[in-house]
Amino acid sequence: MSNIPAELKYVTSHEWIRLEADGTVTIGITDFAQAQLGDVVFVELPEVGAEVEAEQDIAVVESVKAASDIYAPLAGKIIAVNDALVDTPEMVNEDPYGNAWFFKMELANADDLNNLLDADAYAAACE
Amino acid sequence: MAKQTALYAKHLEANGKIVDFGGWDMPIHYGSQIQEHKAVREQAGMFDVSHMTIVDVRGPDATAYLQKLLANDVAKLQETGKALYSGMLNNEGGVIDDLIVYKMDGWYRTVVNCSTREKDLEWMSRQSKGFEVSLTERPELAMVAVQGPKAIELVKQVKADAAELIDSLKIFQGKGKGEWFYARTGYTGEDGLEIMVPEAEVAEFWQQLLDAGVAPAGLGARDTLRLEAGMNLYGNDMDESISPLQAGMGWTIAWEPAERDFIGRAALEAEKAERAANPQQALKQVGLVLEERGVMRSHQKVVVDGVGEGEITSGTFSPSLEYSIAMARVPVGTADKCLVEMRGKLVPARVVKLPFVRNGKQQF
Repeated sequence: MSNIPAELKYVTSHEWIRLEADGTVTIGITDFAQAQLGDVVFVELPEVGAEVEAEQDIAVVESVKAASDIYAPLAGKIIAVNDALVDTPEMVNEDPYGNAWFFKMELANADDLNNLLDADAYAAACE
Repeated sequence: MAKQTALYAKHLEANGKIVDFGGWDMPIHYGSQIQEHKAVREQAGMFDVSHMTIVDVRGPDATAYLQKLLANDVAKLQETGKALYSGMLNNEGGVIDDLIVYKMDGWYRTVVNCSTREKDLEWMSRQSKGFEVSLTERPELAMVAVQGPKAIELVKQVKADAAELIDSLKIFQGKGKGEWFYARTGYTGEDGLEIMVPEAEVAEFWQQLLDAGVAPAGLGARDTLRLEAGMNLYGNDMDESISPLQAGMGWTIAWEPAERDFIGRAALEAEKAERAANPQQALKQVGLVLEERGVMRSHQKVVVDGVGEGEITSGTFSPSLEYSIAMARVPVGTADKCLVEMRGKLVPARVVKLPFVRNGKQQF
């Protein structure tokens, strides 16, 4: 069974979103997504400083099986990326909600958070 | 409803992630495909290959029939148990399937792909007209491939009564013991055995291998291992529209004796002449290596500057080499460099001779 932490938000393209105390968000891919991909071998990250639109493809995760685009779940600016994933992509399989975060964003509009799925709604979307 | 092998419960017990494969519920991996791949390269791994189709060919005309049916020549098989890899071609010289044929004691055993089972059986049966032969499918036999540098040692440990028989096997030879059949063949580029086992006994055998330290490995690892070993996958690297000459299978065509009129021979001879006359139109199989990031995938376009275009037939990330490798069909004039169109970009790749890896070592 796939692990879907209750404290996170989700989008149907299988990214998770964590709201931090300072109002920024951290984004990664879900346990369901990593299990579907299988062993991850490469991760391509967006550039820090890039302004992105919601649903824009901004990163790539490549497994032995397939390449898959990662989408910005919300509009805003990329303020940090997890460079450690470039050298240790297998972290995406091992710790998708922890060490394997992909990037952090400053939101263009904090209200957009209301458009995200909660854990139950995401679980239903994975059925 | 997909079919299940006699090892299905063992796959679930080992946390196998089950996928549909040619109408069978098969494990794609048991956690990590890369770990399973490495287990085979470094120690020993085992694959359930019970979904493959075993067909026994018997009768006074068995040899003559197979000499007509196959592009390779079973007359090369002198010793009992010796095996031969061959394409089974259509009249146009395209590959209906690739298979292994073992010379048994006065008869032959063939192993064909599961995804092509129905058309193979239909073709084999149709071509048997006029020959005194019988074709018998053996669905009651399960099959386990145990592969890796420690595979043979561990099988002997588990099946002590077969140790002497196993020791006597040359590479590409198989021998029966009761209903069991041990063959020193495989699809990984490592030493090892493919073992046919009565279905009722296979779960116990699998458990004994597991207890001896053999790692279960899924179809995912099977694919990366065979690709590193430069071995074709039917449906990817060749099919009915592709001749063995374009798929790196030239060595499996027995041209001599010239009077052996195997199915597809006339078409292949015409193709051979055409390739000699117009080499710039001809295609060949090569290996590709991508030394930068990214993974080559089947059907991506290959561009060879000043020569022409080709296509990737199988591509993956190589767990042994830790970068992407691929098999491709490219113009004969292709030298040592090409470009691969990946996700909208042309990326340079190196052209190498297959295989990439054998017996745990890089080959190019």
